[in-house]
Parts: sequence; structure tokens; C-alpha cells
Amino acid sequence: MKRLIVLAIIILSSFLLQTTVLQSIPYLAITPNLLLIVTFSFGFMRGRKEGIYVGFFCGLLMDLFYGDIIGYYTLVYVYVGYINGIVSKYLVTDIVLLPLGLCLFSELFYNTYVYIFGFLLRNRLNVIEYFNKVIMPETVLTIFCTIFVYGILLIINQKLEVSEKKGADKFA
Amino acid sequence: MKQKLDFKIKIHITPKMTLFLATITCVGLMGVTYFSKPSALTVKEAIGAVIVPMQEGINEIGSWFFSLTEKQMKLEEALAENEALKNEVVKLQEELKGYQTDIYRLQELEELFELKNTYQQYETVGATIVSKDPGNWYHKFTINKGSKDGLAVNMNVIADGGLVGIITDVTENFATVRSIISDDSSVSGTTAESLDSCIVEGDLQLLNKGYLKLSYINIDANINNDAEIITSPISDKYLPGLVIGYAKDIKEDSNRTTKSGYLVPKVDFAHLNEVLVITTLKETSDKK
Repeated sequence: MKRLIVLAIIILSSFLLQTTVLQSIPYLAITPNLLLIVTFSFGFMRGRKEGIYVGFFCGLLMDLFYGDIIGYYTLVYVYVGYINGIVSKYLVTDIVLLPLGLCLFSELFYNTYVYIFGFLLRNRLNVIEYFNKVIMPETVLTIFCTIFVYGILLIINQKLEVSEKKGADKFA
Repeated sequence: MKQKLDFKIKIHITPKMTLFLATITCVGLMGVTYFSKPSALTVKEAIGAVIVPMQEGINEIGSWFFSLTEKQMKLEEALAENEALKNEVVKLQEELKGYQTDIYRLQELEELFELKNTYQQYETVGATIVSKDPGNWYHKFTINKGSKDGLAVNMNVIADGGLVGIITDVTENFATVRSIISDDSSVSGTTAESLDSCIVEGDLQLLNKGYLKLSYINIDANINNDAEIITSPISDKYLPGLVIGYAKDIKEDSNRTTKSGYLVPKVDFAHLNEVLVITTLKETSDKK
């Protein structure tokens, strides 16, 4: 229950930040994808199922406010959460540089999806141009943000896990 | 004789099943919302009622914070601009004298031809931008007025005397606007002087330069660089006569039947905060 509330707050505040303050930073034309960081972080820290749930709600928020049809963004966020959950089965969460690699992968995965379904199918074939103008800047910026955001999420998750364990011990 | 029937049906939901369910749900939702858009609006309305006020609050704090750095930037710009403008004022004053006589002449001629005032004044509603599209692929934003204030889908949005975009979604308290710089936007335009038609499209690749794509101009058309492009009467959603921007770098296409180039929008999209929504809808034959 506690986890549910905390997760809701995290998702909501990332969405709020991403749609408001991060849009109006001077000198910056692009926005880091905080919702993606939240999705892959929880997928990676907590496994496939939680990745799917978190991704589902992150994507749903995007869809409800900015999607033409509902489900377009949700689908890709769900898969980002799931795939990062798979990674967590084989790798340890303690490696410092790993989140950055995951972020790189998630960003590329997400942007390729949007490019294929939103642009390529409308006959916008200039991949390199789109890569230089959108995908690369967004990825670099998001990786940069990952350093801080992942750290914060990791601490929150550890606190949650400790308190969940305490709760379980009481009933044991 | 006590025999406990122990039917413990334990469905263990594996992550794969969850993924499968989520995928089905997404695809299903896509199908449903594609064919009947309004079904999603109830959910959107409920969530929007909570989130939009929060966004407004955060915007206040954020804009205060960034205004400090921006003020310094603006001051330098303003000083340079002031100098240039002063020179221009002198030039314009000279020109004005010439135009004033032209206007009198025009009025006389209009009276002579009994021309009606076709360029009517549209009714507008002011609105503030609450949030912008969190992704970097499209350029949509939400405004803090909705159907409560008389807004509806397909209403045109303007600012600084130029076209900004069109409303794509309306709930009671807020509306989503697709701006003309968005890659999925296209507007049919024309010039005031020659009435040659053209298409103005948003293009992500040109966005950094601040341009839009101007295409499908007939090879014989008289659209030159710096020509003012306005919305065309043949458009089915955009009202006629709204200024979109100015033509730039018009070149002949390789097919030798059309010309194309860039369009510099009239509106400064990077510093857009307040917009006006025209509450007049374009009358078209296929109204539902």
C-alpha cells in the first residue's frame, strides 16, 4: 500500500515536472524524458511486473494528455519496463554505470518506436536527420538526468524495501 | 468422516502474462479510441481536473525562477533592438505619409464599388498555456480554458496576430492545441496579393531553424520571398485570412511543376505564453 502511494507520487510528479518546468528551461530546446527514467528504473530495480505496472501508468498519462489515440505511448512504456525487468534477473543493481547503459537502451528503444510509427509510416525517411535533431539530444540529456534521478529513486526504493520487510516481520 | 475438500486454485500470474494482458489492453484501447474518440474524454476530464491546477501552480514557480536568468538575456536583446527600431521608426514615418494619401484614395474607391467588409472581426477568448507536450517529437500544448468557456474542437488559436494552431481535444476545463510547427500539422495557405495557393507543413527537421515547410506552390505562382502567407479560404478547418508567416528561400522543385521553400512563422513559438482562441468555427459542408 505504501509502495502504491509512493509510486503514484513519483509518477505524477515526474509528469508534472516534464510538462511544465523542464519545458521552460532557458537555452534548452528539448526535454529530458523523466517518465522513461522512472519506468526503466523500477523495471530494473523491482523486476518485470512492477516495470510493466509503472510503465503502464506513465504511458497512460502521456496518452491521456498528448496522445492522439490512447495506448500508443502506453505500449512502448510497458515494454521498456518489461525488458529492463528481464535485465535485472541477470545483472546486479549495484553497478554504478549500469543505469546509464539501461537509459541509453531505453531511450533508443522508445525513440525508435515513435519514429517508426509516428514518422516513418508517414514517409519521413530521413533517419539521420531525426537522429541528430531529436533522438541524440534527448538521449544525452536523459542520460545526464538519470545520474540524479536514478540515485533518488534507488534511495526511495531501498527505504521502501526496508519498511516492507519490517512490516512482514511483524506478522511472522 | 471429515474430509476437507481442499480446492486451492492458485493462479500464479507470471510477468509474461502481465505483459500479454497489458499489450492486449493497449491495442484494444488504441482500437477503441481510434474509432470513437469521445469515450476517452471522461477519463481525461477526471484526471485533468486534478492535474491541470497542479501544472498551473508549478508553472508559476518555474517561470518565476527562470525569469531571473531570462531577464538578463532579454535586456541585452532589448538594447540592441531599441537601436534598430529607432532607425526604423524614422524610415516608417516617411513611408506613412505616402500611405495616408493612398488610404483616402482606397476608401473612395471602395465606396465606389460598394465593397463589403469581408475581413470580419472574429470573437476571441484569451487563454494561458498550462503545459507542453513532454516528448520531443510533436508540439502540442494544453490551455486553461475548455468547453466551459465555449471552446470546441477545430477552433483556431492565434497569438501576436499570427496563427498558432488548432484545438484537437476539449474537456470541460482544458483543451489541447496542436501547433502549426508540429510535424503532423498542415495548413493550406495563400498570399493576400496573388491568391496563389500553397501548403504549410510543420517539419521537425526545420524546427531548429525556426522554419516551416512551404510546398505545392504552382510553378507559375507569384509567391516571392518575404510574401505574407495567410490561411486560405479553401481550408476546411482554418478560418480564412489569418496570417501564418512569411515565405523564404522559394525554389523550383526538381519536378519542374511546383515550387517550394520555407516559411518563417509570424508567432514566436519559443516564447509563447498567452494565446487567443477564435470561437468562430469554419462552416463546412460536412458538419456532423
